[in-house]
Amino acid sequence: MEDLLDGWGLTAAVFVPLVGAAVVMAIPRAQENLHKVVALVTSLITLAVAVALAFQFDLDRTDQLQFVVDKTWIEVINSRYIVGIDGMSLPLLMLTAFIVPLVIIYSWNHFPEPHNPKAFLALTLILETGMVGTFVAQDLILFFVFFEVVLLPMYFMIGVWGGEQRQYAAIKFFLYTVFGSALMMVSFLAVYFLAEGPGGESLHTFDMRLLSEWAGANLAPVTGAVIFGGMFMAFGIKVPIFPFHTWLPDAHTQAPTQGSVILAAVLLKLGTYGFIRIAIPILPEAAEAWAPWIGGLACIGIIYGALGCLAQTDMKRLIAFSSVAHMGYVMLGIATLTPIGLNAAVFGMVAHGLITGMLFFIAGSVKERYHTLEIKRLGGLLIQAPHLGWLLGFSTMASLGLPGLAGFWGEFPALLGAYEPGGTASDALFRTYMVIGAIGTIFAAGYLLWLLQRVAFGTPKEEFADEHIHDMHLTDYLSWSPMVVLIVVLGVYPHLINRVTDGAVIQALSAITP
Amino acid sequence: MHALLAQTTGFTAPPIDWHAIAPELVLLVTFVVVLVVDAFTDEHDKWLTSSLTGLGFLGSAIPLLTLALDDGPARELFGGAYVVDDFALVLKAVFIVSGYLTVLLSTNYIAEGDYWQGEYYNLLLASVLGMTFMASSRDLISIFIALETLSMPAYLLAGWRKRTLTGNEAGLKYFLMGTFASAVMLYGMSLVYGITGTTSLAGIGAQIGGAWGETPIAAVGIVFILVGFGFKVSAVPFHNWAPDTYEGAPTPITAYLSVASKAAGFVALMTLIFVAFMPRDDIYGPLMFVLATATMFIGNLIALRQTNIVRLFAYSSIAQAGFMLAPLATGGESAQVAADSIRAIVIYIVIYTAMNFGAFAVIIAVARKTRSGEISSWGGLYQYAPGLTVAMTMFLFALAGIPPLGGWFAKFQVWRAVVAAETPAGYVMGVIIAVNSVIALYYYANIAREMWFQPVPDGDETPIRVPSALTIAIGVTVVATLVFGFLPGTAGHFGDVAADLIALG
Repeated sequence: MEDLLDGWGLTAAVFVPLVGAAVVMAIPRAQENLHKVVALVTSLITLAVAVALAFQFDLDRTDQLQFVVDKTWIEVINSRYIVGIDGMSLPLLMLTAFIVPLVIIYSWNHFPEPHNPKAFLALTLILETGMVGTFVAQDLILFFVFFEVVLLPMYFMIGVWGGEQRQYAAIKFFLYTVFGSALMMVSFLAVYFLAEGPGGESLHTFDMRLLSEWAGANLAPVTGAVIFGGMFMAFGIKVPIFPFHTWLPDAHTQAPTQGSVILAAVLLKLGTYGFIRIAIPILPEAAEAWAPWIGGLACIGIIYGALGCLAQTDMKRLIAFSSVAHMGYVMLGIATLTPIGLNAAVFGMVAHGLITGMLFFIAGSVKERYHTLEIKRLGGLLIQAPHLGWLLGFSTMASLGLPGLAGFWGEFPALLGAYEPGGTASDALFRTYMVIGAIGTIFAAGYLLWLLQRVAFGTPKEEFADEHIHDMHLTDYLSWSPMVVLIVVLGVYPHLINRVTDGAVIQALSAITP
Repeated sequence: MHALLAQTTGFTAPPIDWHAIAPELVLLVTFVVVLVVDAFTDEHDKWLTSSLTGLGFLGSAIPLLTLALDDGPARELFGGAYVVDDFALVLKAVFIVSGYLTVLLSTNYIAEGDYWQGEYYNLLLASVLGMTFMASSRDLISIFIALETLSMPAYLLAGWRKRTLTGNEAGLKYFLMGTFASAVMLYGMSLVYGITGTTSLAGIGAQIGGAWGETPIAAVGIVFILVGFGFKVSAVPFHNWAPDTYEGAPTPITAYLSVASKAAGFVALMTLIFVAFMPRDDIYGPLMFVLATATMFIGNLIALRQTNIVRLFAYSSIAQAGFMLAPLATGGESAQVAADSIRAIVIYIVIYTAMNFGAFAVIIAVARKTRSGEISSWGGLYQYAPGLTVAMTMFLFALAGIPPLGGWFAKFQVWRAVVAAETPAGYVMGVIIAVNSVIALYYYANIAREMWFQPVPDGDETPIRVPSALTIAIGVTVVATLVFGFLPGTAGHFGDVAADLIALG
């Protein structure tokens, strides 16, 4: 078992969903239940593999890559099939494997128009391959390919099953991301040609392990900063960092519920993960030079996202803007270049994935019941659908960073890390960022509580007063309760993730002057 | 006259390696057979010509394979003017496969369209024959002969729909522009020959560092020759024939022109630049940089505005040519970079052949039902032709360079080649390519949007009957697009032929 996992575990986690997608596509369109079962089983197998990997994961060596497979792939360009996970990848791999089955369970009877579960499930599974692959790839080209594999399924998911403005939102999402990844490719190639071994010989490799060892040695600072800039564009657009965030509210608002959940829970993390896995370890000096700017943009994102939330009239759009703000905390944590900040960032990624995923689930359910998400038309959810209402309350509390729930452990340590940033950054500057970030949490409490108040409290508006609103379905209980449990568990016992990430984070920052 | 004859008495026929020219001979024999069969068959048996041509292309692939399996040194004929090495073989294979795909695309189109069949296939054979010459040519004269052999039939094929106005425009415009380009190029060749006294590319390459290389005439000669091929590959600003010709020509010929004819132009550009003019990158480097940049931007930006699918593909293929031109701008940096550039262009040509022919095969199949070239007529294609829609989606996103479909590796190789130069110009080119990939994605995705997200415009959802020839063409190209994407090494090996043109120190 152990050997099998060692050799095939990660490969299975990546490609089982793809095989599942192929099977789903091979089944005739009429057999809808079979599609659902196959998709669910596939995603559960992936989850089982991920859980097995987590149990086999050696917690004393979180700073090292484990379950490494290194095989020839594209010989002509010296790109290899290298997969492996360390403490930073594991939580995100788990998150992905955890979310996808829940999304499929939620979909069971809730396929958005124009229905067609076959195509929808096949796309979901292809998405999972791309997401898992990105988190385990240890070769830049392999990473790039998985990073891009995600795009097409999401494009079709938004474009076919989305809201009224779906076509605009889909192409906007697609164009933004492709622009970033095109620049990223140029940066990767520059790294490929410039990287040198200890003896000054050209490495000519895409292997992230070797490139992290090189860590930009003997590179002119300007060159390093420009190369970092290419990666910054790719990952920054994906996160998204202000001012590249404008695709996000559109994509989130127009995407079907399932698409929004996957976008928020996993896709945004591909960007932040790229920073801590690739950009910072490979170009630490450039990262130090860029850190104050990234921190600044993160702070703008926190405040801008919060103000954006206050101005929204649509519930889903409000949650989307809150994502901009929350990802700002993650980016601030990363910009501090301290172990505590990066730990907070990884925690924040997982927490945001669970909490915002939850909020999008609820928003989707509200939309399904009331056929609108306009906040001023809603109200009295607690009266008409008490369970749903309470869950909305729970999620908003978690989202605003209430201690004891998962959201807190992403925000608070990030601010703490900003007190004494690593690298060459000025303390004063980052302490200012810390204050701005702290003010942001007040805004967050404001817009989230205001949302809760308007949607859940009071009495139902006249137009819906006599309507029978169905409370939670069985599938809702099944798909949401694991998330709720996890939000509480992580909130009470954050060590669960921090213990895993800490070693890897220190390793990633090893070239940064403390 | 007497003097001339006196001179010829000393003439001894050069030894001919028959194996080396066997692929060309098979094409030539097929040409004759098709001609004879066409002359002696009745109207209802004309399908024979199409089948025979297809068989001829497949037959010429056999000696190609035996040559490829032969590990001996490159075979040189006619004093080095005609070389059969791996570089030539790979490109000959591209041309012959292109010819075969064109036959598959044409079979029903030409038979049902009341066009002259026998002559059509004869001209196609002649044109492909010229291309296989081009792949082996290493001499100004053989390059010129190859160019004319491949172009003359193509002019006629472009004007094949002679009863329509656009068909006439297509042929005439292509012919006038093409001959003009030939004239410019010939002038350039005469200048280069006048100074070096040799037409052999290797001979010119040996003298390029010498005294003549410094004269302004040399620069004029080099620029004129390259500009001549700029017309052939429809580089901006020499592209204006392309959209009208592509729109007016029969659609299979449009596919053929946009892939094979363009590839032939690139073969000539590569041999000329990297064998003959290599050290003069102060002349061709900036020229190619400007051409590549302009070609990418103009091609892509104008493509955004197109409503006709064939015109859109005309501009898209102009833009794609820009991507292929990009490595030529920086390729002169060193022998290693030059090899990378050749590798990139060869791989691009191989993958592009699969993607673009596939897309045109779907366009022809869909036009059989819609009878329209407007993109809006593609609305809701998914609902009545899911198979074609999935195939077309793959080709579109492959052309846009989205992994894991084939095109990403082609684009990646181009990026790799320009970044490998490690010059500011190379990095700038890398960013320009990045920007253009995004612009291109918009119009490719736009077609996908029409097929997947829009309703059927006239509500007519009768399924499309796809003839077997087209099915084969689409099947082959889909498989190739996927294999090149998932296992890029398969295409990558074709790039190894770069070593045949460049001696790596």
